[in-house]
Amino acid sequence: MPDRVGIVAAAMTKFEAAKPWQHLAELVLEVTDKVVEAAGISLQKDVESIVSCSQDHWDGRTISSMPIPDVTCGHLKDESKVADDGAYAVLYGAMHILSGDHKLVLVVSHCAESHTDGTIIENWSIDHIFTRMLGLDYTLAAAMQARRYMDKYGITPEQFAKVVVKNKGNAKKNPYAQDSATLSVIDVLKSQMLADPITVMDRKPVSDGACAMILATEEIAKKLTDKPVWIKGAGNCYDPHFLGDRELADCDALETASKKAYKMAGIKNPVKEIDVVELSEYYSYQELLWTEGLGLCKRGEGGKFIDSGKTQLNGDIPVNPSGGLLSGIPITVAGMSRVAEAVWQLQGRSGERQIPGAKLAVAHGCGGICGQMHCVLVLGN
Amino acid sequence: MTQRVAIVGIGQTNHSGRRPYHNDGEVIYDAISAALADAQLSIKDIDNVIIGDMELFEGHSLNDAMLLDYTGAEGRSGFKMNTGGTVGSMNVISGWYNVASEFSDTTLVIGWEKHDEGPTTSAITTIWDPAINRPFEVGAISGLAMISNAYMTRSGCPLEVGAIVRAQASDNAARNPKAHLRERYTVQDVMSARMVLYPLNLLMICPTSLGACALVLAGEKKARKINKKPVWIRDHATAHQVTRGMDFMAEAGKIDTSMTVTGRKIFQRNHITKPMEEIQVFEMYDPCAFCQPAWLEEFGLCEAGQGWRLIEKGVTAREGSFPVSPSGGTLCTNAIGDTATVRVAEAALQLRGDAGEHQVTREVKMALASGYGGMYWTDLLLLSNTLD
Repeated sequence: MPDRVGIVAAAMTKFEAAKPWQHLAELVLEVTDKVVEAAGISLQKDVESIVSCSQDHWDGRTISSMPIPDVTCGHLKDESKVADDGAYAVLYGAMHILSGDHKLVLVVSHCAESHTDGTIIENWSIDHIFTRMLGLDYTLAAAMQARRYMDKYGITPEQFAKVVVKNKGNAKKNPYAQDSATLSVIDVLKSQMLADPITVMDRKPVSDGACAMILATEEIAKKLTDKPVWIKGAGNCYDPHFLGDRELADCDALETASKKAYKMAGIKNPVKEIDVVELSEYYSYQELLWTEGLGLCKRGEGGKFIDSGKTQLNGDIPVNPSGGLLSGIPITVAGMSRVAEAVWQLQGRSGERQIPGAKLAVAHGCGGICGQMHCVLVLGN
Repeated sequence: MTQRVAIVGIGQTNHSGRRPYHNDGEVIYDAISAALADAQLSIKDIDNVIIGDMELFEGHSLNDAMLLDYTGAEGRSGFKMNTGGTVGSMNVISGWYNVASEFSDTTLVIGWEKHDEGPTTSAITTIWDPAINRPFEVGAISGLAMISNAYMTRSGCPLEVGAIVRAQASDNAARNPKAHLRERYTVQDVMSARMVLYPLNLLMICPTSLGACALVLAGEKKARKINKKPVWIRDHATAHQVTRGMDFMAEAGKIDTSMTVTGRKIFQRNHITKPMEEIQVFEMYDPCAFCQPAWLEEFGLCEAGQGWRLIEKGVTAREGSFPVSPSGGTLCTNAIGDTATVRVAEAALQLRGDAGEHQVTREVKMALASGYGGMYWTDLLLLSNTLD
């Protein structure tokens, strides 16, 4: 993919366990105002198209994008909604530009997980004929995946806990993060068990917030900012739905998606070339599994990879310097916030969590049961 | 880095009110199988799958991931769109973006809905703003009645025109084996149906159907290899608007709406000055009988106040000079998530000359298809059978 889609600016709300003082549309309004100011554009005149990302069940509203035109100056404009993870909305926004149809696109996502019981929605996303009535939700399914991962490759709960310690520690340097803490591996292992081996600390907390970014053609992006970030490659892929149809200890779909993205970006040796990774770990073990899927280490070596310290903030290839999803990011916003964090890293705007000299970043979004679908974006400056 | 996009495969299920022995995935599978057979491809030739529907209608979340054993998306790329009633056409537009940006070469686009599995009207009621409109407006019909009343008031359109539209649609649907309501009605039959919400009686509103429609989209090079009769997606436009309920209807006819904007865009960009001559057929998403006359005007196809007079003259009939919804349209078949995909599919069939008994009598070179939904939101697509 040539350098044709530029990300001009990105914005987020502070993520919090609940934001009862803000209507869902007000979450979008907040990030839209911020991103438009950061990009130095006029929302009314310059934005041609709006791509939003949210899900009807989480908003309790058919067409959850209904209020989006109200708060994005979207009256009589092109607006559309992707109903998966936010990373897909960024990809779809990029397609708007690559196809030559639009020159400047606003991409937004929002979710207030505090408004509902997410375990019910998770259950509704599971096959309704054979599996749904078993009462499965994503945490129970994740426990099976984590257990299988442990059994097949000898990964330990201590290694999962190291992810929590690292990410909640990194989050202390991120002013947008919801949860941050100085923890030890023992603290995590001793925390309340939800579904063995997943403890309450191994799971992403309930969170409210929104994220937005401005995408533009190469020409416009260069005019608007001296620090444009280019989408150099992208890939997405689905795994089978039935857990029994999958080898849960591996992530084939992520491997396919990342290979496609790397090929487009001309990356041959990901672990050497990539400077920083922001990935979607809904549960701690997923960070280890996804680093394997992203080709940063071999299959089954995710445990050794975290042990090596390479993914720490000061390591060779920092993973989730922002604190990741474990620091609290809502679903649908998850993948888009990963892209936004990667953009800030490449623009040198990440403050205390900045990776010095970051040139190439990978952002990852996923969704579905046990990470059934993955979207990988390679960004460069 | 952009390529032109063609529809190379078209598949539809028969539409009906109930199919208790088939689940959602099986209905979708029928449409996909038909589309792949039409394109003479197998699922192995597809690299990307785009699907969409209304999540609260069937009560499934993330059904792109859930129904993947039926859609064939395993190991492939793709994602799910959801924009309400326009989702069927938005899926096609999303497929267009995937292929036009060369992210995919062959994309499978799926629109579907199974209204017999959930309370549609309860789900539609949640589209209204929770603080202001939701207590007053129920489902889709309250908005459609307002659109109809506003149109009749401003244009002088009599009630009988709604009956003419429905009687024409019933004759078209009787010729279309994929349609849901296929009974033939006279104008008199329609006029004597039970009133639901003035001016809309039971026959003047769309039914709740179930069914699926799948299209195979391909880039130019591939399309020419795959299909001898590719149908090109020449242009598309989308407009969503801010509305607090249908309060703006009082000003309709004088102000810009999503329809005036998309119509103007498509005609200007494609240098179409006399749309009713240069375009030969329009598959319109017409959820109630007065939408046809009102929206012919709003899309800029005819002068204000002329829409209903054209219908009275028979211009929009299947044998007329500008047939509208010759498939029987949304008035006879409405599985919401699939309805707008069907509009594109039916327009493409007309362009290929493959519409069978409901093929229009006029030679078709260029066609329009529209999607309607949300709060007066519109997608408009321009299709043609050549690229000149």
